[in-house]
Formats: sequence, C-alpha cells, structure tokens
Amino acid sequence: MSRFSPANQRLAQEIIRRYPVAKSATIPLCHLAQEQDGYLADDAMAQIAELVGCSSAEVLGTASFYEMFKMHSVGKFCLGVCTNISCQLLGGEELLEHAEQTLGIRPGGTTADGLFTLEDVECIAACTEAPAVQVNYRYFHRLSPADLDQLIEELRSGALDDVIPPHGTLGKVRQDLGEDRIANITAPEDQTEPVWLRRHRELAEAAAAADAATPSTAGTNS
Amino acid sequence: MIGTVSVATKMAEGVPAVVSSRFGVMDGHTMDGYTSSGSYKGYEAIRQVLEMSPAQVSSVVKDATVLGRGGAGFPAGVKWGFCPPGVWPRYIVVNGDESEPGTYKDRLLMERDPHQLIEGCLIAAYAIGAAQVFLYARGEMPHAHERLAAALNEAYAAGLIGKNILGTDFSVDIVLHWGAGAYIVGEETALIESLEGNRGMPRLKPPFFPAAKGLYMAPTIVNNVETLSNLPWLFNHGVEQYRAVGTEASPGTRLIALSGHVNNPGIFEIPQGTTTFRDLFEKEIYGNGIRTGHELKMFIPGGASAPWFFPEQVDLPLEGRLIGGQGSMLGSGAVVVMDETTDAVRAALRLVRFFARESCGKCTPCREGTTWEEKILQRILDGHGRPSDIDLLLDVADNISPGPYPVAADPNNDLEAIPFPPRQTTICPLGPSSVAPITSAIRRFRHEFEAKIVQRDLISVSSEPFTAAPEPLASIQQEADHV
Repeated sequence: MSRFSPANQRLAQEIIRRYPVAKSATIPLCHLAQEQDGYLADDAMAQIAELVGCSSAEVLGTASFYEMFKMHSVGKFCLGVCTNISCQLLGGEELLEHAEQTLGIRPGGTTADGLFTLEDVECIAACTEAPAVQVNYRYFHRLSPADLDQLIEELRSGALDDVIPPHGTLGKVRQDLGEDRIANITAPEDQTEPVWLRRHRELAEAAAAADAATPSTAGTNS
Repeated sequence: MIGTVSVATKMAEGVPAVVSSRFGVMDGHTMDGYTSSGSYKGYEAIRQVLEMSPAQVSSVVKDATVLGRGGAGFPAGVKWGFCPPGVWPRYIVVNGDESEPGTYKDRLLMERDPHQLIEGCLIAAYAIGAAQVFLYARGEMPHAHERLAAALNEAYAAGLIGKNILGTDFSVDIVLHWGAGAYIVGEETALIESLEGNRGMPRLKPPFFPAAKGLYMAPTIVNNVETLSNLPWLFNHGVEQYRAVGTEASPGTRLIALSGHVNNPGIFEIPQGTTTFRDLFEKEIYGNGIRTGHELKMFIPGGASAPWFFPEQVDLPLEGRLIGGQGSMLGSGAVVVMDETTDAVRAALRLVRFFARESCGKCTPCREGTTWEEKILQRILDGHGRPSDIDLLLDVADNISPGPYPVAADPNNDLEAIPFPPRQTTICPLGPSSVAPITSAIRRFRHEFEAKIVQRDLISVSSEPFTAAPEPLASIQQEADHV
C-alpha cells in the first residue's frame, strides 16, 4: 500500500491548488494518505513527492517530524491518554497505568487483535476537563479508570463506530474551494498590490495633491 | 462524557462577553447562529470595515490596543504596521496550533465560534492587503477542523470570502491548513516553515522577522486565533467600549483556562488587568476555591513555559507587564493550580519531559539540555539521584538560559523577583522555557529534591520478584521489523 485512489488523487490535486507553492500541500496530503491507508506508506510518500515537486526523502523528512504521522500500521483506535501537567494533577498518569493494565500493552504498543494502539500524549487542550483522553483525536473528558474501561468496552463492541472513524480519518467535513470562487491564488512572484489597497492609496494621494495645490490660509503669515 | 465541556458563560458584572458570547449557544457555530445570537450581529463589522480605508481600520486596532493573545502580548495593530511598504504579496497566517500545556481557549474559539474568527481574518486581510489567509489549526483537533471547514464553506457560499466580497473590490481566500502534531510549530517562524511543507523548525531572527520575510519570503503577519476573534466585537462596539474594560495598558478581556486543583475548573473571559489570581481562584463564577480541604502550594500563571508563582503572588492582577515584572508571564492565559498534595519534583519532571519531547533539535543547548534535565529529574524521582544532581540541573539550565533566570519573589527568604523574559542561547524560547519549572521548584522546594536524593524511605522499590521474560507481542515484533 499504496498510491492514491483515483478519487483521492483528484482531491490531492484540488488541495495543491489552494496553495501558491505546491510544497505547502505536503502535510495535508500526508493526512490524506493516512486517511486512505491508516498509516503513511512509502509509496504514498513517493507519490506525494511527485505531486508537490520534491524528493520522497523530503516528504519523509517533513512527515517524520510530526507525531501524528505513523510510518507503520497502528490499531483501529489510537487511544491517547494525556499525562501533561493539568491531567497529571488529576490522575492522568494513573489513568495511563490503568489503560496499560486493561489493554496489556505499553504506550506505543498495539493489542494483538489490532484494535488498540496506546499512546502517552502531550497536552491535548482539554486542561479544564482533566484527565482527558483522545480516541482517534476525538475527546473524552474527566475519565475515571472505570469510565475508561467502559469506553474501551464500547469501542471494542463497535458501539462508537459512528462517532469515531477509523484511525487516519480526521475532519469529516472538508473545505470546498469551488474553482469559480477562488479569488487570487497564484505564485508569490506573480502577485501585485491588491486592488482595494491601490484604490485607497490613489485616493489618499489625490487628496494630498489637492491639498498641496490649494494655498492654505492657515500658517501663511507666521 | 464525549464532547461535554462545562463552559462558563457567566461574566463578572459590567463586563461584556467579547469573544465568548456564543460558547453556550447550541448553533453558535453556524452562519445562522452567528448572525442571530451573541453580543453583536455577525458579519456586520466587515460591512462597516469595507466602507473605511484600510489605514483607518489599522488605526482603530492600534487605538484600541488589541494585544496579541498568543503569549508575547504584542499589540496587533503595531505588528500589522511592520509590513514593509510596497512589497507584495502579503500573507496572514492564523496561529491555531494551540499546544502550550494548560492552554485551552483557541480550540473552543474554533469549535464554538468559527465565523467570529473568519470575520476577524477578513478584517485583518482588508487592513493589511493580504493576498491570502492561512488558517493553521492544530492537527489533533479534528472537531475544530470540521467546524471551521463547514463555516468557511458557508461563508464562501454567502459571498463573504473569495472573489469580490459583498460586491466590492476586496477579494481574499481563506485556506484551512492542518498541522500534524508538533508543539514548536506554535512559534511563528516554525509555523511558517511547517506551512511551507517543511519540518517545523524555527528560523533565526533577524533576518527572518515574519512581517518582513515570512511565508515564501514575503511579508507575513502571524496572529493568534483569540487576537483576531476580538476584532468583530471591536468594530461593532467601537474603541471606547473596548477600552472601557480592563486597564489602560491592557484593555479588553482575556480568555483564561483555569485547571488543576480548583473546585470549578473552566474557561473564563475576564477583564484584563483588573482581576487578581485570588479572584480567579476563589470567586464563585470562576474557580470557586482551591480544592476543598486543601491549600494552594504553587500555580503556573501562563502555561508550562511560565515560571511558577506561590501563595504570596495571589493578589497580583492578571496583567502581562505586571506579571513579567514579577518574574513570570501571563503567556497564553493558562493558569494551573497545584495544592499541597503536589510533588514539586514530579510536576517539574512532567513539564521538563514535555520540552524534551518537543524540542525540534535545531539548537544544541536545547536538544541536549532538555534531554539531560529530564534524565536527571527522572533519576532523582526514581531514587537514583546523586547529591550533586541539584547543582548539575542548575548548570545544565544555565547553559540553555545563562545568567539569573526569571523567578518570583520570596519575601520569607528576602529574595527579590527576577523579571521576565529569560536570556537564551537558542533560536527560540522553547529551550529556556524548560528551565522555568526547574529553577522555580529548586529555589522554593530544594528540600524536596534533597529528601528524594538522601532519604531511603522516599524511594519506591518494587517488591515484585523477577520473572522470566514474556514472549514478545506480535505487534511489537512488527514494529521492530519496520525499524
């Protein structure tokens, strides 16, 4: 696995058009590849390189910097337990320990049935709702160990499949920049002063010129 | 359990809800909700702005003194003025990569009121003359992404973004961009690198001040989500009403995430500069007291990067400059409260570990230093500490941030505050930030470190007998093969 499907290839090209420089689409395209395959495959990175016009090593260089990109397959559910300060204060570390016990794996590991990958994550911006957990980046707040067990049970039974897409799928709504509505996305070197700015500048210059042409009464005798 | 957040929309008497007025509104995130609820009518401000000249719009923002809400607290109107004249294109990048531990406000602003942010972007784009706006949302926030995408689609369809906005000659595209998990990308030059499709490593300033040489080496204004979200209210209500709240130097309101050991943790919109930490911790509409039966030991006034404050500092108002003078920072509005049950060493380790994990690796003092700080703290906590470790920690810290490090006053020991910011041997402030928990904790709780190093009974030793190593799990094997 795997290059983009024809539908995703069209989508990839649409994403590239949103940027004045194609390379800027690297991270969104890596997300798209991960959405398709569940992880970021070597072939996908090679194809992204072709699409944005760089080497596949550069794509790997970028992708490997970011924690969300997985270079090998992970569980259907990535369970991230926050242990950073606000969550730590209210039992985040103990919750992670409990998750390790329940799932029988350490952070970074995947259960034998391929359902869960456990992660020890940094602050996920739910600090007032500590301890917080993300499953495929969907939030669960103020969890006790018993709540977590229940959550794991529900995930296992498929009861939350409607709420939580499989790993890789992030935003279920996509921005749609229709071809006819795009205002002005061109290469930086082709850009000039925006029309509304030029209009106001010319108005101001004309007003200043008119002021200079009319002899002012104030201050002439001083 | 899922998605439930108790967001306080209760405001102190006489204080308007500038940015949080739709947090409690069910459909506040939709176009209908934005134009029919909240403390002003949505998309009215942009209509007014389009009647003004771009220079007038900038001067309103400058006159109001809209301070940046991302951490540095620099006035947005002044920042906009740094774009060199006659150099095109100019870009706006919205910093929605909220990841500072303890900070939780931009996610809410993006999830609960995306149109407010979009209108703020339009106002800024009109004033600066931006060719394009990039809305950089943190990767781990798909819900915010969905809400923003839906709102952008609605706004494009309504003719509010794109070609000839509202029938005028103002045209701009707003593109939603997505991060992929890296704290350092919140630093503005790293954000730009990331947006260019590279590893998110900060650029050296000078020469790369974004306003002069930013995205694609063109002038770029990077503004925080909360900063831009203030603009629609400002243009609806005017400079005078904006400045009526807060203080002369820090007008307006701020979103504060209060977390940790309080009875009512939450996100509160407070007037800047007039609310004290005591108000925030104790007032019923805010924290409603330190966890019942416990007392305050220390608190972080502005996110993980901020040096700690102690009970002596609770009567300080939440005002950027004042807190800076007292040895810490208001930063991103993240207040973390720790009561007497908190182990100072363990808390410091957790914060330091964060910086060690998130160091981008570009500057040696940070890459190596944060790793050593973590290693030393971990061995102290594990009971393997050496008596020289405390000084070693301070020495490593000094290599990242030389000289006296910002710290709060300690009147009991006759020690004065050392003002913010710290000095740095690195390109960006991430490395020096890792020093904050270390110097704060050691100066105040040195005895806790010493006790962990020398007292036998504080060491937890596993009583489990050794057993044979288990068979490796299939999944672990798979990972090993890959490597």
